[in-house]
Amino acid sequence: MVSLGMLSLLSCSGKSHHLIGAGSSFDNPLFSKMFYSYFQSKGMKVNYQSIGSGGGISQLINRTIDFGASDVPMNREQDSLSPARVLHVPVTVSAVVLSYNLPELRDTLRLSPRVLAGLFLGRITQWNDTAIAALNPGVTLPDLPVVIAHRSDGSGTTNIFTSYLSLISADWASGVGRGSSVNWPAGLGGKGNEGVAGLIRQTHGAIGYIELAFAMQNKMAFGKIRNKTGRFITPTIASISAAANIPMPADGKASLADTDAPDGYPISSFSWVLLYKEQDYRHHPREKAVGLLYLLDWMIHEGQHYSSDLYYAPLSPNAVNAGEAILRSATYDGQPILTHHN
Amino acid sequence: METSLQAPVIPSPAVKDTVSIRKRIRRSFRQIRMESVFKQTLAIAGLLLVILVLGILLTLITQSIPSIRLLGLKFIWGSTWNPVKDVYGAFPFLLGTLLTSFLALVICIPFSVAIAIFLGEYYPTGWFADVLKNAVELIAAVPSVIYGFWGLAVLVPMVRALEARFGVDQPLGVGIFSASLILSVMIIPYAASLGRQMIRMVPEHLKEAAYGLGATRWEVIRHVVLPGTKSGLFAGILLSLGRALGETMAVTMVIGNSSILPKNLFAPGNTMASVIANEFTEADKTVYLSALIELGLALFLVTVIINIIGKKIIDRFTNE
Amino acid sequence: MRTDNIQYRIGKSKGFKILTFVLAFACMIPLAAILFFIIKAGITRINFHFLVNIPRPVGEKGGGIANALLGSVIIIALASFIAIPIGILAGVYLSENKKGRLAYWCRLSVDILQGIPSIVIGIIAYFWLVKPLGGFSAFSGSVALAIMMLPVIVRSTEETLKMLPPSLKEAAFALGMPFHRVIFKVIIPVGISGILSGVMLSIARITGETAPLLFTAFGNPYLSADVTAPMQSLPLLIFNYATSPYNDWHDLAWGASLILLIWVLFLNVFTKLISARWKVQL
Repeated sequence: MVSLGMLSLLSCSGKSHHLIGAGSSFDNPLFSKMFYSYFQSKGMKVNYQSIGSGGGISQLINRTIDFGASDVPMNREQDSLSPARVLHVPVTVSAVVLSYNLPELRDTLRLSPRVLAGLFLGRITQWNDTAIAALNPGVTLPDLPVVIAHRSDGSGTTNIFTSYLSLISADWASGVGRGSSVNWPAGLGGKGNEGVAGLIRQTHGAIGYIELAFAMQNKMAFGKIRNKTGRFITPTIASISAAANIPMPADGKASLADTDAPDGYPISSFSWVLLYKEQDYRHHPREKAVGLLYLLDWMIHEGQHYSSDLYYAPLSPNAVNAGEAILRSATYDGQPILTHHN
Repeated sequence: METSLQAPVIPSPAVKDTVSIRKRIRRSFRQIRMESVFKQTLAIAGLLLVILVLGILLTLITQSIPSIRLLGLKFIWGSTWNPVKDVYGAFPFLLGTLLTSFLALVICIPFSVAIAIFLGEYYPTGWFADVLKNAVELIAAVPSVIYGFWGLAVLVPMVRALEARFGVDQPLGVGIFSASLILSVMIIPYAASLGRQMIRMVPEHLKEAAYGLGATRWEVIRHVVLPGTKSGLFAGILLSLGRALGETMAVTMVIGNSSILPKNLFAPGNTMASVIANEFTEADKTVYLSALIELGLALFLVTVIINIIGKKIIDRFTNE
Repeated sequence: MRTDNIQYRIGKSKGFKILTFVLAFACMIPLAAILFFIIKAGITRINFHFLVNIPRPVGEKGGGIANALLGSVIIIALASFIAIPIGILAGVYLSENKKGRLAYWCRLSVDILQGIPSIVIGIIAYFWLVKPLGGFSAFSGSVALAIMMLPVIVRSTEETLKMLPPSLKEAAFALGMPFHRVIFKVIIPVGISGILSGVMLSIARITGETAPLLFTAFGNPYLSADVTAPMQSLPLLIFNYATSPYNDWHDLAWGASLILLIWVLFLNVFTKLISARWKVQL
C-alpha cells in the first residue's frame, strides 16, 4: 500500500504534462499520428482513447477527461446536462462512402439522394430497378436482390449518414430519423466499419456505408453521389475538403450534409474537439488549460499536414479561421488563454 | 465438525514450571479465539460476495429508473428497438440470448464431459494429458475479439455453405447458429476443467471395488465415477452457461445484429449483452443510456432465474 | 452367464472410450484452427523491438506493445491480489457450510456473478470508482477484473474441498490443530491443484477481456506504472488495432494476440510447478 502511495506521488508531479481525451473512433488514427509528433516536438503526452463520440461527450460532461472528440455536435439534452458551456472546434473532415459488391460493373456506380433513401428504406429491392438504371445510362445492372449493410453498433458514422438521409428524404426523417443508432427498416448489421466492410465483401449485391479510409485501405468500390448542384461527386480528399469550404457559423457547428459547395461530396461531416469554454474547474489547473489550448491550436494548423496520408481531409481555410476564433474565446478564470496570433 | 469452546488441556503433573503452564493455557485460549475470528473472516468473505451482487443490482436499478419510468413493462414484451423515437422493446434480444446460450450449452456438454472423463479417468497424468489440459485452458484465454474475427473469417463462410446446402432462402452465414457454435467452443473449458477435477477426486477404492465385482470401464464410469461427481459437473455446466449468457464480443460479430425477431435458427438475431456493448458508448440521451442499463438489469434477472432453476434441478439430481 | 453378454459389455466400454477420445480431440480442432490463424498472422511481427517499444502511429515502423504488456501485468496482478484471497476464503466458507442461509445466498450470488456480462461489470466499476473519483485508473480496471475472477475461483475451491475425504479434517482436529491451521496446512494443500486450476482459469479469462477495461483503465499510449492513472492492456490494444482500417495495425493486433496466448501458456506451466511443490499426495 505504501509503495502504491509512493508511486502515485511520484507520478503526480508529471501530471501537468498529461492530457486525456476520448471520443470518436474515426479520429483515432489521425490523432495517434498527431499526438505522437506533438510529443516528439513539444514533450506533452496526450492520451486519447476511442470510446465513441457519445462516450467522449459523456466523459467530458462527467469531467473525467480534458477534451472530447465527436463526429456529431452535442444535442440539446447533452447541452442541458453539461455543467458549463462547451466549445466545438472543427479539427478534420470525414466522409461516409457507399461501398458495394457488384464486380460485374466496370464503371463506378452513380447514385442520387432519392435512390439512396429508396435503397435504405427497403423500397428499391433489385439492382436493375429503373430508378438506378436512370442514373447509370449504358450500364447493364444485374438482376440481383439488394442487400443493405448497416452498422449494428452505435456510431458517429451512422449519425452522419442518417442525418444526410433525413435531410434529403422526408420519408426517412419521419419514418426512421437520425441518430448514432436507428431502427433500420432493412438490411443486416455489422459491428464496426470492418463488420460492414466484411458483410459487403462477402455478399454479392450488398451495399453499405463505411468511412473513406476503410474503403481505400480495403480497395473496395464506392459510388459517386449526386450533390446539391447536380454533379456526381466521387469521394476524394479534395472533394471532401471542398465540402467543408462553406461559410462557418461562429460556434463551429456547421453541418456539411448535402453541402452547398459545388464540388463538395455531399455526405461529409466535420469532426470536432470539445472542451469547456471556462477552463477553470475541478482537477484542471492553469498549466493544463494552457497546454490544451496550444495543442488544439497546433492541431488545426501544423497538425493538418498529417491528414491526407491517412485519408483524412484537411480543414478548409474557412474552417481554420472559425476554429481560431473559437479557441481564442476560451478563458481561464475569465482571462483568454491563447495570447499569440498564429 | 465443531470443536466447541472447552477448558484448555490440563498439562500433566510432571510439568513443574507454572509459568510455562500459564503460557500454554494462554496459547490455547488464543488459538480458540483465533478460531472464531477465522470463522468470522470466512463468513465475511461469503457475505462480501452477497453484498457485491446486491450492490450491482442496486446500481443497475438506480441507473435504469428513467427508462423504467418511461416504458414500464413494455420493455420486456416490445419487439421494436428504436433509439430515435425512444421506443425500447427488448424481447428479440431476450430470445436471442436464451436461444444462443442454451444451444451453445447443449452443443458443448458432450465435448466438455468427454474432456473431463478423458483427462480425469483415462489419462490423468502424463505429458499427453498436460498438453490437452493446457490446450483446454488456452481456449478460455483466447480473447473474445479473436474468436469474433476467426468466426467471421472462417466459421461464417462454412455456415453459409451449409445453409446453401440446406436451401435456406438467405444464406448469410451470420446468425443465431453461428453465434451458438462460437459460444459453445468458448464455454467448453469451464465445465471441462471443473468436471475433470471432480472426476480425478473420486476415491480409488470405490472404483477398485467396482472393478473387483467385474465391471467394465464404461460401467465404472457410468455407475461410480459420474454419480459421485454430479454436483461438481453441474456446477461446471452452470458456470459455462453463465459465461455464455454474458459473452459479448465474439457473439456480436457473428450474430447478424438484426433487431427483428429471428424466424429460425439460421436467421440473424441479437443478444442483450451485444446490444449493450454495441450501443453503450454512443448513447447520447439519458433515456437511451438508462434503457441500455435496464437491458443489463434484465440480463442480470434472467441469470438469477436460470440459476435458481438450475440449483433446484441439481438438488433433485444429487438427492435422488 | 453367456459370454456374448460379456463381449457386449466390453464392446460398449471400448466404444465409449473411442467416443470420448473422438469428442475430446474434436474440441482441439477449433482451437488449432484459431491458433493457426493467429500464428500465421502474428508471427512475422514478433521480435525484440516489438516487446520493448511503445506503439507508433500508422505508417511508422517499429511500433510495439511494451506499454500494453506492462499494463496487463500490473492490472492482472492487482486484480489477482484482490480476488484470490477473497475467492479462496469464500470457497472455504462454502465448502464448510453446505447448508445454511448465508451459504445458499452466497452460492447463488457467485453463480449470478458469472453470468453478468463483462461490459456491465465495467459499467458498474465506472459508477462505483471512476465517476466519484473523477478519473480513469488502472485500479478501477483491476477491481472490475477481480469481480469477474471471483465466481470461478470460489466455485472451484468449494467443489474441490467438498470432494476431500472428511477423515482428513477429522484427523487434523483430533490432533488438536486449531481450525485455521487445519484449513491452511492440511485442507488447502491437499486441494491445491484444484484451487490453482480455478485460479488459472480465472486469470486466463480476464487476460483476454476488453469490455470491463474500456471505462475503467481506459488505455494509455505511453508506458506507465501508475495505478491511479489510465493504463493500457493487451486486449484493449488488440481490439483497437484489429478494428482499425490499417493493415499494419492489424498485424500488430495479431502479434499481440500471439504474445497473449504465449503468456497464458507460460502462466499455466508456472502454476503447475508451484502446485507440484506444494502438493501433498494422499
